[in-house]
Amino acid sequence: MTIMKRLKNVSLMAILVFFASVASVKAQDNAEGEQIFKNNCSTCHAVTDEVVVGPGLKGISQRRPIEWIVTWVHNPQAVIASGDKYAVDLYNKYNKAQMTAYPGYSAAQITSVIAYIDAQVTAVVAPVAGAVVAGAAPAAGSSNGGMMQYVMIALLGVMVLVLVALLSIVSSLTKLSTITPDSIEGQKIPLLQRIAENGKKLTANSAFKTGAALLITLLIGKATLDSAYGIGIHQGYAPEQPIQFSHKLHAGQYEINCTYCHTGVYKGKGANIPSANICMNCHNAIKRESPEIQKIYRSLEKDEPIQWVRVHNLPDLAYFNHAQHTNVGGLECTNCHGEIAKMEVVQQRSSLTMGWCIDCHRKTEVNAKGNAYYDKLVELHNSETKEPLKVQNIGGLECSKCHY
Amino acid sequence: MENNTKRYWRGIEELTNSPEFVKHAHREFGDAPIANEKGEALIDGTNTVRRDFLKVLGFGVSAVALAACEAPIKKSIPYLNKPEDVEPTIANWYASTFIDGGDYASVLVKTREGRPIKVEGNKASSVSKGALSARMQASVLSLYDNEKLKGALIGGKAADWAIADKEIIAALGKVATRGGQIRIVSNSILSPTTKKVIGDFIAKYPTTKLVTYDANSVSGLVQANGGILPSFDFSKAKTIVSIGADFLGTWISPTEFAGQWAKTRRVNSAEGGNKEMSRHYQFETIMSNTGANADYRATYKPSQEGLVVTALYNAIASKVGGATISSASVKIAHLDKAATDLVATKGASIVVSGSNDPAVQTVVVAINVMLGAYGSTIDAGSPVNYRQGSDAEMTAFINEAKAGQIGAVIFYNANPVYNHPRGAELAEALPKIELTISTNDRADETGSLCKYNTPDSHYLESWNDAEPKRGFYSFTQPTISTIFKTRQTQSSLLTWSGLNGDYANYLENVWVSSLGGKTAWSKVLHDGIYEPAAGVASNVPQTIGLADAVASITKNYKANSDKMELAIYEKVTMGTGSQANNPYLQECPEPVSKACWGNYAMVSLATAKKLSLDQEVELDTLEVEVSVNGKTVKLPFIVQPGQANDTVAIAIGYGRTKAGKSANNVGINAYPFASVINGNIAFSNTGDVIVKATGETAKIARTQTHNTVMARQSVVQETVLSAYKKNVEAGRFKPSVLTSEGKKEISAENGNKEQINTTGVSLWNGHKYNNHAWGMVIDLNTCTGCAACVVSCNAENNIAVVGRQEVINRREMHWMRIDRYYSSDADVEDAKGLEYASENPEVIFQPMLCQHCNNAPCETVCPVLATTHSTEGLNQMTYNRCIGTRYCANNCPYKVRRFNWFRYYQTDEYDFQFNNDLGRMVINPEVTVRSRGVMEKCSMCIQRIQAGKLEAKKERRRPKDGEIQVACAQSCPTDAITFGDMNDETSEITKLLNAERKGRAFGVIEEINVKPNISYLVKIRNKEEKVVKEEGEVKEHA
Repeated sequence: MTIMKRLKNVSLMAILVFFASVASVKAQDNAEGEQIFKNNCSTCHAVTDEVVVGPGLKGISQRRPIEWIVTWVHNPQAVIASGDKYAVDLYNKYNKAQMTAYPGYSAAQITSVIAYIDAQVTAVVAPVAGAVVAGAAPAAGSSNGGMMQYVMIALLGVMVLVLVALLSIVSSLTKLSTITPDSIEGQKIPLLQRIAENGKKLTANSAFKTGAALLITLLIGKATLDSAYGIGIHQGYAPEQPIQFSHKLHAGQYEINCTYCHTGVYKGKGANIPSANICMNCHNAIKRESPEIQKIYRSLEKDEPIQWVRVHNLPDLAYFNHAQHTNVGGLECTNCHGEIAKMEVVQQRSSLTMGWCIDCHRKTEVNAKGNAYYDKLVELHNSETKEPLKVQNIGGLECSKCHY
Repeated sequence: MENNTKRYWRGIEELTNSPEFVKHAHREFGDAPIANEKGEALIDGTNTVRRDFLKVLGFGVSAVALAACEAPIKKSIPYLNKPEDVEPTIANWYASTFIDGGDYASVLVKTREGRPIKVEGNKASSVSKGALSARMQASVLSLYDNEKLKGALIGGKAADWAIADKEIIAALGKVATRGGQIRIVSNSILSPTTKKVIGDFIAKYPTTKLVTYDANSVSGLVQANGGILPSFDFSKAKTIVSIGADFLGTWISPTEFAGQWAKTRRVNSAEGGNKEMSRHYQFETIMSNTGANADYRATYKPSQEGLVVTALYNAIASKVGGATISSASVKIAHLDKAATDLVATKGASIVVSGSNDPAVQTVVVAINVMLGAYGSTIDAGSPVNYRQGSDAEMTAFINEAKAGQIGAVIFYNANPVYNHPRGAELAEALPKIELTISTNDRADETGSLCKYNTPDSHYLESWNDAEPKRGFYSFTQPTISTIFKTRQTQSSLLTWSGLNGDYANYLENVWVSSLGGKTAWSKVLHDGIYEPAAGVASNVPQTIGLADAVASITKNYKANSDKMELAIYEKVTMGTGSQANNPYLQECPEPVSKACWGNYAMVSLATAKKLSLDQEVELDTLEVEVSVNGKTVKLPFIVQPGQANDTVAIAIGYGRTKAGKSANNVGINAYPFASVINGNIAFSNTGDVIVKATGETAKIARTQTHNTVMARQSVVQETVLSAYKKNVEAGRFKPSVLTSEGKKEISAENGNKEQINTTGVSLWNGHKYNNHAWGMVIDLNTCTGCAACVVSCNAENNIAVVGRQEVINRREMHWMRIDRYYSSDADVEDAKGLEYASENPEVIFQPMLCQHCNNAPCETVCPVLATTHSTEGLNQMTYNRCIGTRYCANNCPYKVRRFNWFRYYQTDEYDFQFNNDLGRMVINPEVTVRSRGVMEKCSMCIQRIQAGKLEAKKERRRPKDGEIQVACAQSCPTDAITFGDMNDETSEITKLLNAERKGRAFGVIEEINVKPNISYLVKIRNKEEKVVKEEGEVKEHA
């Protein structure tokens, strides 16, 4: 049985390795295609048969010749206008919603997108296997966390045992000290009474009283300080939004790239809440009748912008620039925002305190690779120490990096 | 302050070291009344009673405690439909054109989310060359002036534009049908297309005439040059003589001239570097901004002006062998020397005069012809359009209006009731005119008297073009949609002419057809400029009527007059008063007098003594009554060193009554005092001028002696050119210390026995700058003190305007100030010499800002580490950490730190730029708006540095030199400020410092070893080494 299991595992591994190598070879060709697909196409098209806004693209390379696809992508309107039957049928089938033209992509780039789509179909087994592996990592992670908990509980148990042992020693010693040869009744006093008496003695002890008072004061003090530190920290803040937009659906299920809506995130200070016209890129065709989508229509009709509730509030005195962290630093969105793709309602995952910022600046290595800005700094740093160049080494802890 | 050769002082009170001055000098933060009339204790500097304050404080604390429990819900409101080229939080820049009357500059406008927040010069323009004056820098704030008209008015009541149009068209039709005269009264119009629109209007209503006038008229100059205003090029001049023309401050196109002037003054200490300078003579009545920068300067009274010019003519004529002209002689120092130099540099000489008398200007033309200036320093072939006004036309119009001969008048952005000497007469005549329309942006002195107000849009909201110089075009495109319901006057005129009122379309059609396509039009709009043609060949104007001119001069001017005379002048900061309601300008100290928020009567020290006016320290002065030909005003007086004796000077631009909160009743209006010579307005009055004390005291908001330099020695350093040529370190103050081996010079090197290296001794480990080392070099030789940097800094860094009273309380917030020192040639020991020192002192300007010291005294005394040093050499100020002990300001040797006494935003007491939603739109979102209780100071525009670095990092490269510019350096019309990375070997600043470290570069008060990152370059005067006191040359001519 166990042998069988092992064999299974080995074979699974082999398959995985095989697919991984295939995937990595293909990845060379498809990486660009994947990028383009995810940034542009995935909003309306799936790689499967599923209809999102437009048709599913599975098997598109068999359905249409590549030249046709390129012409179509470059200018769908022209193809429809030319009276191409397939195009006209497609146009009519999808409620005469027209696909956005992408004249900027070369034929080679479009071919790479198709190659990527085809690869998805052939690799249909791989994702399943991948899913297992991918699933395993968090599981390990969570078991790690669980282990930690067990250790803690065990430790606590040990401590309780030690305490009991110590107490029993103390009580026996007290007993020994109080028992005089002529008071044998001492031993006969019922347990409860003894505890009460000892308690009385203890409360009469001034050292104990002082100690207790000090302890209580310290506890209250700590509680007060803790809550005071919490003022203005809204970790976990998940306000209700005027429109029940689900990141889980858009970013998670449909894998829409963050930058599709948050257009400024690699360019500037703000990531930007998308304007309604970005919503309309898809929602002029999909789910028009949904009451939530209707709200967008209404605000467009009334010419009143949607008043989203700000989730991540930095005080005005702190300057934060997204581009510095995403574009230059190469950080992922999830680094600070958490698993947005799993959030039905967005909540503030990080504390956003100065301590939190500073902590990261202390630990994080500068993303200096391929950035000529840092070349001289890295060189200087490496000549002095073997430690990697951290953000703090180039002034990342200075006041005027964020306050001005 | 003294150094080895000279004594410097900032005001008469400092020179005489009056007890009042000494008392104030030691109180760094000024004083404010501590109790009100009822004896109740007051909160510092306000009228709040201390008890009330405590009550409010108590409530405030509990309110804050309650409020802290729940975070306020903040809304994030995106665009509904985001414009394609607007990315929130990323600034967009647009090329546009600043036009205010005849003042012109090609600008780049920085907008954030559709709000213009800063204007900067467009370096692509070969006319304005990227230079902006203080007034142009401040213009962005005028856009958000809440006191502008918010729509059309009929009879002072808000009205619909359509109704106003209908009524105006009907009324114009009525006037036209009965043949009534229609006038459009305007300041100089630079826009050719606007003139075309006016042409269309005239075609529709043929009785219309365009009347152009300028508040600061130069129509005499235009007349003398045959109807054109030639372009001047000071950069080609080796000898510059100005007779009353403040060409670096206010005359015609000062920023342009300052740039040219600076070119002739820039020297370099490197081997083979330029060591030649132009020589600049200034003859004038008041101490003007230009006079303060001159090498030689002498004064005359307004009644002598014409004769000064003829005397110069004769001096030159006798040297070149020409015929002299017969006129009375005047005694003016340096005049003969000036003539000698002018002749010596013939072909590279220029003489300009600020006079508006065509007779005087005719003689000036004759002088320039003699000197061969036409074709080199003066180009009559490419005339400029900055001033097109004709005083004669305007006078005729006022006479017609008084006689009831005008049927309709349109005031196109012109306010003659305020800014014309005969404004009062016009105000009386206006009711006689059937149809009066004003397009001024507010119901000002003229507008409020008109039946219809059809407000024009601000230039940042407008479409337009401009032709500042023949063949050089510039374009205005809107950077924001109209804030109020305003409409461009061009649209109004088109509508009233019965044409399509879409001026944007009109302009486009005109230019598309002349440029030959839409693409070309888009390109010129993008560039902001279109410069197809250099001027035609220069023609030398004929000097016509020289004899008549001389006769006129003999009649109108007197060689000697004991009478008191009035000089009227324009302040660099305020100009003609068109932007008087701009708080930035009101609070910006005038370069020479250092006074802001109002005008005053200036007299020389001798005259003050003669009039028994005892001036006390700068805050309290006496009120005087100035009466000119029976018209009387009361205003405070100040002693102005270097002014002509027996003259009193008052600035125009103040005394507005209907401009808005910041301008109304600040100062008095000096326009009505102007006189008329040869039919042209003269900014002087030689009639009956009486000045006497009223017995009242008055206060002037004046910053000159705030923050005394105490006994420091090496604050400013200067030398003369001949000494500099011999030794590039001439004039440098080398601090020394007394050691056991005697006096030794402090040096960084320990070179010889006479030197000692104390600079290397430090309590600190020092700083290491691996990445950048930001620094600045300020050339005192080319800084004219024009204050453009001050306003640019204000706009960039959200610096609060504090108002007149707070400036009096010494609490102005400017991060950058320009210190002005007077000095005299008299020996330091010579007490008698010093007595006369203020007669005609030398002046030196020194921009002063945080020096970003490497051994910063402020950093070591902060108890909460709110001010720290960065790894890039900056002294950082962290507002949210500051608790306001003010130790840092106490310990700052440069006194550049400012304490925020109050919350200057959203507070009714400080009703300036940040007190309403509209005004706050100008706030730069990259810079914190500081609240009360914190220190603030120059951050070296850290936001620009960070933005520049990020841009470079995003493109995976190092920042390019010049890419990161601080606001002050960017705005300097003379490029006196160089900012850059001292670690970058290719940067301008490194090159400059390499050349000047062993030359002119010095750190202010370097003997205290704070090691500033800002270096100054020694000022050099093109003077004779040993000044021979010329007791006024007496030249007698037949």
